[in-house]
Amino acid sequence: MTSEILNPSEARQGRMSYPTGMRESIQKVEATRATRLHESFPMMLPDEKQSILQEFHPDYRAEGMREIRVGASKGQRMPLELADLMEGASHLTSGLLDLEQLDYDTDVLIIGGGGAGSSAALLALENGARVTIANKLRHGDANTMMAQGGIQAADKASDSPAIHYLDVFGGGHFCNDPDLVEALVKDAPSAIQWLEELGCMFDKEPDGTMTTIHGGGTSRKRMHSARDYSGAEIMRTLRDEVRSYPDEITVLEFSPAIELILDDKGQVAGAVLQNIETGEHLVVRAKCTILATGGSGRLHYQGYPTTNHYGATGDGLVLAYRVGAGLAFLDTMQYHPTGAAYPEQIVGLLVTEKVRGLGAQVCNVDGLQFVYPRETRDVESSAIIRECNERARGVATPSGMTGVWLDSPMIDILHGSGTVEKALPAMVRQFGRFGIDMAKEPILVYPTLHYQNGGLRLRPDGSTDIPNLFAAGEISGGVHGRNRLMGNSLLEITVFGRRAGRAAAQRAREISLGKLTLSHLDSWERELAEVGIDDTVKSPVLLPDYRRQLR
Amino acid sequence: MTEELVPIFIMGKKYNVPADLTIMKAMEYSGYQLVRGAGCRGGFCGACSTVYRLPDDYRLQIGLACQTMVEPGMFLAQIPFYPAHRGVYRLEELQPTFQTVVQTYPELLRCLSCGTCSKVCPQDIDVKQYMADAMRGDIAGVANRSFDCIMCGLCVSRCPADEVQPNIAILCRRLYGRYLAPRAEHLAQRVGEIEAGQFDGDLSRMKRLSEEELRKAYDERDIEPE
Repeated sequence: MTSEILNPSEARQGRMSYPTGMRESIQKVEATRATRLHESFPMMLPDEKQSILQEFHPDYRAEGMREIRVGASKGQRMPLELADLMEGASHLTSGLLDLEQLDYDTDVLIIGGGGAGSSAALLALENGARVTIANKLRHGDANTMMAQGGIQAADKASDSPAIHYLDVFGGGHFCNDPDLVEALVKDAPSAIQWLEELGCMFDKEPDGTMTTIHGGGTSRKRMHSARDYSGAEIMRTLRDEVRSYPDEITVLEFSPAIELILDDKGQVAGAVLQNIETGEHLVVRAKCTILATGGSGRLHYQGYPTTNHYGATGDGLVLAYRVGAGLAFLDTMQYHPTGAAYPEQIVGLLVTEKVRGLGAQVCNVDGLQFVYPRETRDVESSAIIRECNERARGVATPSGMTGVWLDSPMIDILHGSGTVEKALPAMVRQFGRFGIDMAKEPILVYPTLHYQNGGLRLRPDGSTDIPNLFAAGEISGGVHGRNRLMGNSLLEITVFGRRAGRAAAQRAREISLGKLTLSHLDSWERELAEVGIDDTVKSPVLLPDYRRQLR
Repeated sequence: MTEELVPIFIMGKKYNVPADLTIMKAMEYSGYQLVRGAGCRGGFCGACSTVYRLPDDYRLQIGLACQTMVEPGMFLAQIPFYPAHRGVYRLEELQPTFQTVVQTYPELLRCLSCGTCSKVCPQDIDVKQYMADAMRGDIAGVANRSFDCIMCGLCVSRCPADEVQPNIAILCRRLYGRYLAPRAEHLAQRVGEIEAGQFDGDLSRMKRLSEEELRKAYDERDIEPE
């Protein structure tokens, strides 16, 4: 006999909704709604965009950044918190481990089993390699899993890869790497087709036509989705496909990489992993290594909350930098305009851009629009920060946050009753848990740290500056320039994961490794000492520490 | 400022924590550095399944630690891992039929339709109903009904028939996505056009534009109406 279990929806009955002060502002939003339905707030002109970014975007706050003092990209600016880790000391010393004693010997080692790593694994396998994936946490614990809105691809008659290219460049402020962008937009339709063949349930019309909508900064409706579980659908499908090859792809969980291994020819030749539960070190020799460790939102730049996964601590950047890889655009982070600002329990969590894509407008405390709802993310965020700070037209919450309204009830009015529930089930559930029905009431949002626009310098085939070292996904920099558009990260992980997997498997057939060494740690230590960095942190940090300071 | 503290019991040990925390944050407040049992922290990944009881209530309750608020006297433990087997298959070799599902997961037919799975699901999915769909061979039904599954495994942990519902569900979703959902013809067509080099000229022209020309083209581009 099973005991009786209380269903969670029963358990949450009687949860709070909005307090009185916020309700008064909601009434103003409701009062203006009928008029706003027929109004379109104008997009900013190019000059306005530039000036609002300079005045309000966190990337432009000089005190949040500093130059890195050592390494291949010495002198580049990046957030303080990241620079500290990049200048950190190794957890190891060069002589600590017997590198002759191998725990794993593989053709392609993939560090990070999110969307990029899993795509890479499948393509490396397809190209004849034996593959090992090292995960810090579980396979699939990644920002991919949390991506909601969708994935871009120019696959409709009204669209083309060249138009997609232009949108990517405009969004990135015209400093993107042209070859990477070309690869991104040209591979996009085949990436979607690959996912479709793997069984991803994309939203479709009855005749099979992909349902596509706009995202911020798109000039064509090319955002494909799987309800608002787009990333989860892609991630669980890729993971399940990897699990179809247990003999060919070795998946290690709770085993983060803490250092790359070189050989005596200066090539990357694998990594030292550490069992995060037992502390045991594991030596993996690999002919090629792909870094797919994702972003770094859990470093909480400038004190911002983040949408990111628990493990997003920039480990791969630290590892790659120590073996001499170059960096690009790490002085630019993406703050998603619509992080949850209420209730307190979910502050900083993502409210998908799809909400605006479906027509919800952004309103201030008086229920008035102050920004076009689908500016690029950096501009939209800056406008919200200005509204809440300089203009003081934000809505205060009981915990002292401010935010602006995202008028989600407009969606059902525009597209028919039930649209919110059908198109945004994850969001409905997220707010429903706290007694807020977003189909009927607006939701409060404020920018949140979302994405690392920059990272390792990358070539279109996924290779880096260092022999045998490849990278894919959020860890890389260049394709998005200074600002990524919605729907281009799920695309990036698929396109460049596949490219890196293919190229790494091919290279693994061509090369031979020499004697393994960690001697680069000695030169790293010397370099730190030369510029007077002693008492530094050990990195990578692997996990954020949210423990209260105990006695 | 003094916060209101409430007692909770983490794996039997008492801690006083602020009343407005989620279970996950309360564990961290109490001094736990989570390694297992924390993932996306946003309700998408299923890493933080938690079971608990409240004082004077015999019923076992469940929730995701990142999404569930603490309550006074809550008595809790996480289930960060639960053994669940996955059938052996290669999607491209399968037919989208009842036979495929039942051959991959023969235990499907042991389902008692007791509904414990539906009651335990933190996503409020009607698991019992999709298992019934599976037993009828309604793969589209399973796919659609199970879509919001985050594979946390709480249903598996409570199932008296030892079913692995999330794995049955993802098999059906993948069978549906690959074989039963209508194919996107325009997608296949566009892939063919790209392979034939149809857009290469446009793209290389675009790549040759100066920044100034690109800016102009961007500012003048037409936007597809809603």
